[in-house]
Order: sequence, then C-alpha cells, then structure tokens
Amino acid sequence: MSHVWRPLFVALAVVATILCMRLVLVPDDFGIHEQGYMYGWHRKGNETDWKNIKVKYRTTAYCINCHKDKYLDIKDSPHAAIMCENCHGPALGHPQDPRTLEINRSRQLCVRCHFKLPYPNSARGGIKGINPATHHPEAECVLCHYPHNPLRAAVRKEAKR
Amino acid sequence: MISRRNFCKKAMLFIGGVAVPVAGLEIFNPQRLLAEKQDPAKVRWVFLVDTRKCVGCGFCVRACKLENEIPYDANVSRTWVERYVVTRDGKVHTDSPKAARDGFTTKAIDQAGKGMLEIRDEDITKAFFVPKLCNQCENPPCVQVCPVGATYQTPDGVVLVDRTWCIGCGYCVMGCPYGVRFFHPVYKAAEKCNFCYHRISKGMKSACVEACPFGARTIGNIKDPEDPVTRIIMTERVAVLKEEYGTKPQVFYLGMSKEVK
Repeated sequence: MSHVWRPLFVALAVVATILCMRLVLVPDDFGIHEQGYMYGWHRKGNETDWKNIKVKYRTTAYCINCHKDKYLDIKDSPHAAIMCENCHGPALGHPQDPRTLEINRSRQLCVRCHFKLPYPNSARGGIKGINPATHHPEAECVLCHYPHNPLRAAVRKEAKR
Repeated sequence: MISRRNFCKKAMLFIGGVAVPVAGLEIFNPQRLLAEKQDPAKVRWVFLVDTRKCVGCGFCVRACKLENEIPYDANVSRTWVERYVVTRDGKVHTDSPKAARDGFTTKAIDQAGKGMLEIRDEDITKAFFVPKLCNQCENPPCVQVCPVGATYQTPDGVVLVDRTWCIGCGYCVMGCPYGVRFFHPVYKAAEKCNFCYHRISKGMKSACVEACPFGARTIGNIKDPEDPVTRIIMTERVAVLKEEYGTKPQVFYLGMSKEVK
C-alpha cells in the first residue's frame, strides 16, 4: 500500500464518522419543510411543542360561566372592555385552585389609565383622570369606586373586605 | 504509480464532477418549485396596531409576560409600549420604563441613566403611545442568520424559536432591525414574540389582544378577505416599521407618526 493513498482513507474515515454521528444526533423531522432553505430549516416537531403550551388567559367568555352577576355589572359600564383577568390574573388553574386568582385593589392598577396625562392628541388625554398626588393619596380607589361599574357608588361591604 | 500532484488534481475533478449533477437535482426539484408558486398556506397571521387608540395602560405587556412566562421582574419583554413626547423645541422624548409593564403613571420621561425629565404641559406639541412587538417579517433576517435552524418560519408566517436547538450565539439578536429579540433568562435561549402561537392555533386571540381594553391591538388572517383586520389593512392607510430594510413586516400600524423609528 502506497503512502499516497493513506490521506484518502483518513479523509473517508472522517466523512463516515460525521455521517454516522449526524444520523444519531439530527432528528428525523429536521428539514426544510414548506418554507424552503432560506426560512424553513427547522425541526418540525417544535411547531407542535409551541402549540401544546397551556393557555393561561381564558378570557371573559370563560368567566361568564360562573360569574354571570359580575359580568352583568361590568357589561354596561365604562369598564366593559376590560377583561376580568386584567385585574384578577390569568384564570389557569381556576376554579380548581382558588388561590391562583388575585383580587387586585391597588391604586397602581387604576392609575394605569386614570392618572391624567396632558396628551391632547392621544386617547389617553380623553380619559377621566386624577392626579394621584392630590386625589386621596392614601386611599385605595375601590374604597369609593366600584370597579365593576365605576358609575355606581361603591358597596361599602365589598370595599371593607 | 500515481503522483501526489496527479492524485489531488483527479480528486478535485471527480468531486467537482459529482457535485454538479447533485446540485442540479436539488435546484430543479419540480415539486418544490410548484409548492413555492402556489403558496398553499391558507393562513397568514398579521397584526394591526392602532396607535390612536393606545393609552399606554400596559395591560398588554403584563398579559404577555404572564401568558408566555417571561420573568416578571427581569428587564426583558416580548412586547412593549413606547411613549413619544414631542416638545415645542422640536425634540422627541421617548421612554418605555420596564417595557410599560405597569403603564405610564408619571409625566416624567425616564431617561434611563440620566434620570427623569420633567416636561411642562404647555411645552408638549404632541404625545402618543406606540405598542411594539415582533413584526413576523416575511423575509425575517433573524431566521437567515440562525446557523443551527433554531429560528424558523412556519407555513402560516409566524417566526418561532426552537429552545432545544438554540445555541445562544446571539446572531438573531443582532440581526433583528427592530430589536425585538432577547435572551430568556430561564431557558437561556433566544426569545421573542410569536403572536401567542399556542393561542392563535387554538382559534383564540393572542394574550395582548385580549388584554387591550381599547382595541388598539388586533390580530387577523390576511389570506381571509372577510377578516376585519384584513379589511382595514386593505382599505385604510397603514404603515409598517422600517420598510426600507426589505423585511416585509407583518405588523401594520394605523395613525403612525414620523417620529416613530
């Protein structure tokens, strides 16, 4: 055997090893799929992985099933467009685990929209707002305002809870 | 006896000769060409943002963080809301404190390291909020630069990241002209908005769309002419961000202002 051929065998061995390792390491569904080389080079199974992630925000349609009274309260109020979970947290695990749901009474929640910002050409300028430094700075908004229908006076019992 | 020089020459000729027909097979695959021509996808997700409706409440950012398990207090977010305040002297002040997770509850502009900037009410000529998220580009640069096939585009146009394949090289973070990419502090993989793929594929809307009380965010299917979002995109004057990059973003903006970059 001539020494001239030796590098060739070495090269072939390297190529063979790489091909074998590739066979083991690269999953079967790894390929270019529908989108072609430029953008579609991926593991097809990952699409399903993403689809299988649990939905956490169940939306108002889910809350209505049990809390119709609260829904009716908010339906005709200026807060109608706010979904329940914006203030109560995502409903995943509710009602099986009641503690996962929160009742957020903080001022920080309300001033998201109701701190007056002087922006006339933005919708924010049109929202009824207060200055949190001067408008009862110590109090939680829900002491005076009923969040499910801010037009209605607060129910004292509910506020004290 | 073959000489070393001759061997190298012949080997190169052989490899070249074999490579040409193999490449030909790949390029002229008729099925592939047909598929690309017909574009069989029935769904192409697009996003429509109405900046005139946004009030900067930040409910979208909060919902996104909780829905997609982005560490709540870490300074990373899949979506964020920017505030633009243009003053009388022509200056544009922008901020997005904590990605606007808690909304905009102060008049002062957060200048990061340089402290807060108070602007007098009478100095403001215009001010508005602009929600931003991944543009799910038709020509996504982040996908092109990914060396391992971890970032890819699905047939319905959404760009996803395979967390198990991401090696964390950061090319996509650098490649995105919109700066929407970051590293997930827990999964240690590149992360970005995926239009809540787990929700839209179940017929739901993305979390930020559901959370927006003002209807500033909407998601739709541009392949469906009856879709209300498609109707608005087709009939009204919409703009996209950084059109000059040729990425063909699929997030459309209503009421866009020239200050927004």
